[in-house]
Amino acid sequence: MDFAPVIDGFGVVLQPENLLYCLIGVTVGMLIGVLPGLGPAATVAILLPITLTVEPVTAIIMLAGIFYGAQYGGTITSVLLRLPGEASSVVTVFDGYAMARQGRAGAALGIAAIGSFVGGTLAIIGLTFFAPLVASFALDFGPPEYTILALLGILLVASVGSGTLVKALIAAAIGLLLATIGRDSFTGSERFTFGILQLSDALDFVPIAMGVFGLGEILYNLEDRNNNTKAPTKVTKVLPSKAELKQSSGAIGRGSVIGFFLGILPGGGAVLSSLAAYAYEKKRSKNPERFGQGAIEGVAAPESANNAAATSSFIPLLTLGIPANATIAVIYGALLIQGVTPGPQLVEDHPDIFWGVVNSMYIGNVFLLIMSIPLIGLFVKILQVRAAILAPITVLITLIGAYTINNSVFDIFLVCLFGAIGYLMKKVGLEPGPLVLAFVLGVLLESSLRRSLILFGGDPTGFLGRPISGTLVAILVAVIAFPLIAKLWKSKSKQKELV
Amino acid sequence: MTPDRAETPVTAEAGPTEAGSVDELVAQWEDEKPPASGPVTNVATGALVALLGVAGVIGSRSLGVGSASEPAPGTWPLIISIGLVVLGLVLVMRARTAGFGEKFSVDSWRVASGLATMIAFTLLIGEIGFEIPAALLAFFWLKVLGNEGWRSSVIGAVLMPVVFYLIFVTALSTNIPHRF
Repeated sequence: MDFAPVIDGFGVVLQPENLLYCLIGVTVGMLIGVLPGLGPAATVAILLPITLTVEPVTAIIMLAGIFYGAQYGGTITSVLLRLPGEASSVVTVFDGYAMARQGRAGAALGIAAIGSFVGGTLAIIGLTFFAPLVASFALDFGPPEYTILALLGILLVASVGSGTLVKALIAAAIGLLLATIGRDSFTGSERFTFGILQLSDALDFVPIAMGVFGLGEILYNLEDRNNNTKAPTKVTKVLPSKAELKQSSGAIGRGSVIGFFLGILPGGGAVLSSLAAYAYEKKRSKNPERFGQGAIEGVAAPESANNAAATSSFIPLLTLGIPANATIAVIYGALLIQGVTPGPQLVEDHPDIFWGVVNSMYIGNVFLLIMSIPLIGLFVKILQVRAAILAPITVLITLIGAYTINNSVFDIFLVCLFGAIGYLMKKVGLEPGPLVLAFVLGVLLESSLRRSLILFGGDPTGFLGRPISGTLVAILVAVIAFPLIAKLWKSKSKQKELV
Repeated sequence: MTPDRAETPVTAEAGPTEAGSVDELVAQWEDEKPPASGPVTNVATGALVALLGVAGVIGSRSLGVGSASEPAPGTWPLIISIGLVVLGLVLVMRARTAGFGEKFSVDSWRVASGLATMIAFTLLIGEIGFEIPAALLAFFWLKVLGNEGWRSSVIGAVLMPVVFYLIFVTALSTNIPHRF
């Protein structure tokens, strides 16, 4: 492995502008992590217009910082208020809040910060060695491989979502259909534009992401849902004792490894990995009954895992051009807008972006560690800012930001429209994540499918004839078949029980 | 360094009610969830999705559906649209088991009015600049939707456009339509 570009990447990060945007990113991430309501996907989407004014590498450094910074912030409310700021910190509530009730909130937050730092840093090291390998492997990928890979990505994200599979697939299919609006890239004929001039260049990604994630979430939060939080006044001494550090070091290591590998999988990501890491610690513990009663491993493992996963989920994006989750899908969109197509060529063609973003994560994690230990009290104070004041600010940033992308009022309309769609989807139980992800992958999927079909002379079995695409088809079939088999198995064993 | 065990007694009173074990906590979260919508919503959603699919099929056919060896502009949209019809019907058939969303409540008017202010903002911005619409939107969200007092609502409604002016017009010099 050639380390020169890796070292050059540090040169990119250490430029004052990039350092500043990294700091802004992780601070914003930590803030939105603390505030229940807006998640990282919504925040990244809302801030997309701002990134258009800076260099691509600077933009992605900031957006990535928001994503992994949110994993740190989400912990604070889990521990202190029993309210997970982010979905990936839900399991932290069990032992984190129990620790807080025993007067050990500082230790819980401290170990979470240390675990997050270790998990994040280990995952960046893994990313540094692993990503170029995957990318070099993927250089041989042709349209058939990309077709199956994109399908697999969408399917995995849909099947691990929080709702039911059929609803997630509906959301994904709507996303794919939206991606066909505009001029067909093969023939130039217009599709589903209904004579609207602004639609002929295809629907822009930014208004969709800003609407579905940003405004959709703001509108959804307008309905009262017991979100009244009462902020605690202060937390001091955020350092765990030596004994506690020793007790949780194993959990941090194991959580980081689990998080790293689950993060790579599309649909895996921070939420799943924190659950898996918690479950694993509880299972291997000699006295599992301690879990839920303030076991420090129950905080250390999931917090290390969610940060490791947030970092490693950049691997499929940066090496294959396949986003692994909703937030990464928005970052993918941000790269596309900047004229950079993520994929196996990225590390060769844009080493500054690749290594700049990867290495910025080391710095970002250091920033977060520094901020989370002495400044936790400050972040806790932010909880006292009322949602009623934040909401109109976010709305105005979104609407004004939407205008600035193309200087077009039509884009603000689109954001409002997709905001309403995002709200309605949430109400009827359709997850917005698969829609945005499928929209982002839609163009790639269609063009690779059409190229493949032309390549195979219209014979779909051609996908099986190539070793890599054949293997991917096998994985695809396994992903579809596994839940069905598991279901059959369950109902059979239930029948046996009844007999 | 030994941690100070008495450092955060305040957190113990944070929650409205205290749940002890993990199971109790999970059960309490379930209770606090808003009321779930029923199978009727699923049937309606499925039917709507299937209709969208049918519209897609009609649209795709007019684009030319081509064939597997020679895909046309309508081929891919046709595949997705058929998928939508099938998925919509599956949702209708499995409406009872497909998981529920949330019931629309009395509070849903807040969402509708919030959306209305955004659309009004969009309609006005091209005509009279962003400052006055932003102030009106901020006031409505603070006073009506946020239940803030008169004083803080007025202060917020004045301050927000000023700050946004400084950011978007003075500092970033974007082309956002402005009156002043």
